[in-house]
Amino acid sequence: MTTDILGSSVKRTEDPKFITGKGRYLDDIKLTGMVHMSILRSPYAHANIRSIDTTAAKAMPGVLAVIVGADIPYNPLPMAWPAGGASGLQNNVNTPRVLATDDVKWTGEGVAAVIAETPEQAVDALDVIAVDWEPLPTVVDSEKATQPGAPQLHENAPNNIVFDWTVGDKAGTDAAIDNAEVVVRQRIVNQRLIPNPMEVRGDIGWYNPGTEEYTVWMSSQTPHIQRLLLTAFVTGIPEHKVRVIAPDVGGAFGTKIFCYADMALVMFASKLVGGRPVKWVETRRENYQSTIHGRDHITYLEIAGKKDGEITGLRVKTYANLGGRLSTIGPGIPTTLYGRVLAGPYKFPNVHCEVIGVYTNTTFVDAYRGAGRPEATYVVERAMDLFADEIGMDHAAIRRKNFLPNDAFPYDNPSGLGTAVNGEKVYIDSGNYEPALDKALTIVDYYLLDEKRAEARKRGKYLGVGLSTYIEICGVAPSKWIGAVGEGWGAAMWESANLKVHLTGKIILTMGTQPQGQGHETTYAQIISSELGVPMEDIIVQHSDTQGTPFGYGSYGSRTSSVGSTAAIKAAGKVREKAKRYAAHMLEASVEDIEVDGANYRVKGSPDKVKTIQEIAFAIDLGFSLPDGMEPYLDETAYHDTPNTTWPFGTHIAIVEIDEETGHVDLVRYVAVDDVGNKINPMIVDGQLHGGIAQGVGQALWEGAIYSDDGQLQSGSMMDYAMPRAAWFPNLELDETVTPSPVNPIGVKGVGEAGAIASTAAVSNAVIDALSPLGIKHLDMPYTAQTVWRAIQGAKGGAAGAADHTNGSNGKGGQA
Amino acid sequence: MIPAAFEYTRPATLDDAIAAVGAGGKVIAGGQSILPLLKLRVAAADRLIDIGRIKELNGYRPRPDGSLEIGALTTYAELQAATPWSTVADAIDEIGDVQVRNRGTIGGSIAHADPGSDFPAIALAFDGTAVLRGPNGEREVPLDGFFEGPFTTGIGPDEILVAIRRPAVAADAAFAYRKLAQPASGYSIVGVAALVAMSGGKVSHARVALTGVGEVAYRAKGVEEALLGSDGGDAAIAAAAAHATDGVTVNADIHADAAYRAAMAIVYTKRAIEGALGR
Repeated sequence: MTTDILGSSVKRTEDPKFITGKGRYLDDIKLTGMVHMSILRSPYAHANIRSIDTTAAKAMPGVLAVIVGADIPYNPLPMAWPAGGASGLQNNVNTPRVLATDDVKWTGEGVAAVIAETPEQAVDALDVIAVDWEPLPTVVDSEKATQPGAPQLHENAPNNIVFDWTVGDKAGTDAAIDNAEVVVRQRIVNQRLIPNPMEVRGDIGWYNPGTEEYTVWMSSQTPHIQRLLLTAFVTGIPEHKVRVIAPDVGGAFGTKIFCYADMALVMFASKLVGGRPVKWVETRRENYQSTIHGRDHITYLEIAGKKDGEITGLRVKTYANLGGRLSTIGPGIPTTLYGRVLAGPYKFPNVHCEVIGVYTNTTFVDAYRGAGRPEATYVVERAMDLFADEIGMDHAAIRRKNFLPNDAFPYDNPSGLGTAVNGEKVYIDSGNYEPALDKALTIVDYYLLDEKRAEARKRGKYLGVGLSTYIEICGVAPSKWIGAVGEGWGAAMWESANLKVHLTGKIILTMGTQPQGQGHETTYAQIISSELGVPMEDIIVQHSDTQGTPFGYGSYGSRTSSVGSTAAIKAAGKVREKAKRYAAHMLEASVEDIEVDGANYRVKGSPDKVKTIQEIAFAIDLGFSLPDGMEPYLDETAYHDTPNTTWPFGTHIAIVEIDEETGHVDLVRYVAVDDVGNKINPMIVDGQLHGGIAQGVGQALWEGAIYSDDGQLQSGSMMDYAMPRAAWFPNLELDETVTPSPVNPIGVKGVGEAGAIASTAAVSNAVIDALSPLGIKHLDMPYTAQTVWRAIQGAKGGAAGAADHTNGSNGKGGQA
Repeated sequence: MIPAAFEYTRPATLDDAIAAVGAGGKVIAGGQSILPLLKLRVAAADRLIDIGRIKELNGYRPRPDGSLEIGALTTYAELQAATPWSTVADAIDEIGDVQVRNRGTIGGSIAHADPGSDFPAIALAFDGTAVLRGPNGEREVPLDGFFEGPFTTGIGPDEILVAIRRPAVAADAAFAYRKLAQPASGYSIVGVAALVAMSGGKVSHARVALTGVGEVAYRAKGVEEALLGSDGGDAAIAAAAAHATDGVTVNADIHADAAYRAAMAIVYTKRAIEGALGR
């Protein structure tokens, strides 16, 4: 059915409104009678609340109500994705309340809210709320939090442990390591990141006393799920009495998947003030403290193999910092989306991973672009370089030697994809790793780079080359697998679409997915245009409102193009089949004799006997003449549960130059050869890759959330948290191989996260490669100038660098 | 990001503004420093006195003797457009971002005296002076010694900074600014301005000023003295640069500890001098 529209770089239909300021984001919404909410947040990372006096605040000008935790009858927020598996593992769950009642566990946890006529009045009244605090000891480091004597956050979580989860073959991996010719060990830190979507979060709650119904506008990736969670788990309000709308969403990167306290709070507040709509929009500083963070792993890795480069085992122990209480799917990220994909694209025979989820006095941690897979990629890609360096093997050669062969697919990896109960598994659907590696190596003239290293040394620079041959699990996920491994939402992960061809031939596609800037309105229209032969301008794509869109699980995990598109294609297929039957009726032929060519439905062998889909829609929708048993209207809904996940892969190569005198790292070249399968819109794919690469490079070079020991977020604003800037990047050189996924009818895989998953490891490996002449084997991110300078000084034996230089030339590698 | 309530006044004339300052309040010009502080509620002001429309505070005024007066309200972007020094224009390019350079004023930078601000070092390298006006008239004070501490200057409580002046620049002097920026804020971890002239194979003029390193921007006189009269060669520059933090208590924060800052003060001093000497 495909025509040229699928796979072409048509301009985004969303862009005119966004570029000209006509988008409608949450803070653009102004409702009649709307009032404003601000939230008092804890200045302490760990404290008991002895009392809260709101008397003065209630007397402030314009204040309608002041709410404290004890006022709210709602349940704590749900935690919907425990660390699970066949073992029936225990999770020691503590989630936030809508407002904290007895104690706070991180700086920024909400303890009171003011509702006032204006935002200014609401903020001013916060200053006069008097909280009697009893500060408690704090711990912010996940490894230290598990040690004896550490401050304890929750009674039900001894040693602050949320779970101690394992996956893979322990005995086999232990034996592989015990018997290996070479074992390399390294402690590595994947630092905490603050996701920073351009639009911060916010909600508007509106209770209508006349109908007892609520409408909640929220900047969200998952409006349907939030309605479910807010009604069934938090508020007890019946689901059908709540409508959730996500207006234009200005970026999310995972942060807007989750159920947040403020969502329930605006509902409660609106009812409290008699049904006036209540708006809350976080400040950037609040966003830094009370919207989720990402990453934050401390990992001990051991990689074992032969002197010829064949890897025989990978053993990993990770402390995953989950924050002071659990976010919606916090435990799922470092377990299923991390431990189960640790083997990467390699044929490691033995993998074992232990993940200890830990409470600390920090903001909660959940899915941030890539979510578990960047952490896994970082571990395995660093491990490959560490091993190669130990045996003196080229970094490309060791990868090539260990790649899964092309006939391995579908592949059940040893790090636990297939350890689910009931035999429900997902597989690595497809792969062909060497061509992407070869292409990237050719583009950078990999085997001629030694000359460039020598040339850079003459300029006082160290040049380094870093590879990242990543894979990622996307297109999540088969519902029966999610259900079987006990790691689901308590729900599923299919997707939905409704397609209507109206009387005039114009098409409305209504989706359960939820864009945040990805261009869904364009790409879905391309798909439907291709499927039905209708011009794109005759198709509009709707989403984001639980009233009027079919239930859907939303957009994250690079799932929309695979799972959502397939639902749309199925709906289009149903429309086409009905149109075909009606064409047969109109043309007085049998259905079998109708052939479809784009928008034309014609009788085989009689080219003049033809009806267009627009003519068919007009007739069916009117219904003046319907064959027996046919219902009027071209209006079809489809649900799609994917049979498997998709597995993009590729090779990224970063080239950096490090200034010997200052430690400054300059990213001088970046080449990405990605295989994301077929592309619906290559321009949009490139844009996703650009942004993802930049975010991943940001982690390697600049970004990092920094807490003081007493739990104050020192990188608490963009003045202290360094976001990547365009001027710091070279032109990103993108290329591709195309291995269509067999999982969906158009062979796509998803591309939202690929760049972020691959690039951190590529840049990290490049920096360490650059420093390797100094004997440095590993260095933790971010590679700020100071960090790199100190490593250089330490390696050269300078006193200035010795103190903090924990790994480097005295690396813990060694032969067994 | 909502400031606490404050009074706001916008005097039409300089005299009115001086009277208003005498009555108490905080002066606002381009607002690039004070507004974020107020919005974050880390600073409060009972009253803001907006001098932004007092025309006589504008202007880039070269004088026949080679000296220069720049009105305090001159924005970075205006100075960048007006200066014949391409190296000064390059230095201004490293200040903030386009919005800051379009709104932020040189007078605001000097009066605010942020320890990481770039312009104070640039002005110090040119032997800049601050022109202050109060109820008793005008006085001119050298910027060397004007910065008393972080966010503290020699501006009297009833005075307004109206202009920055510099004397005629030494013959054949060339300027360079080299900066290690804090990547998040763009402020200087280390910023070094150097104005150097060679004559007869010897360094005949040397001014080197640093920002970001100590609690105020300062002239590194040890560097200047070591450089002056030297041959300006690599060894001389390195020997001079080693004095970059003499007598200075070096800052430390989450971005750069004192040891790194001190080391970079030397590296960037060397590079700024090299830059001024065309290397």
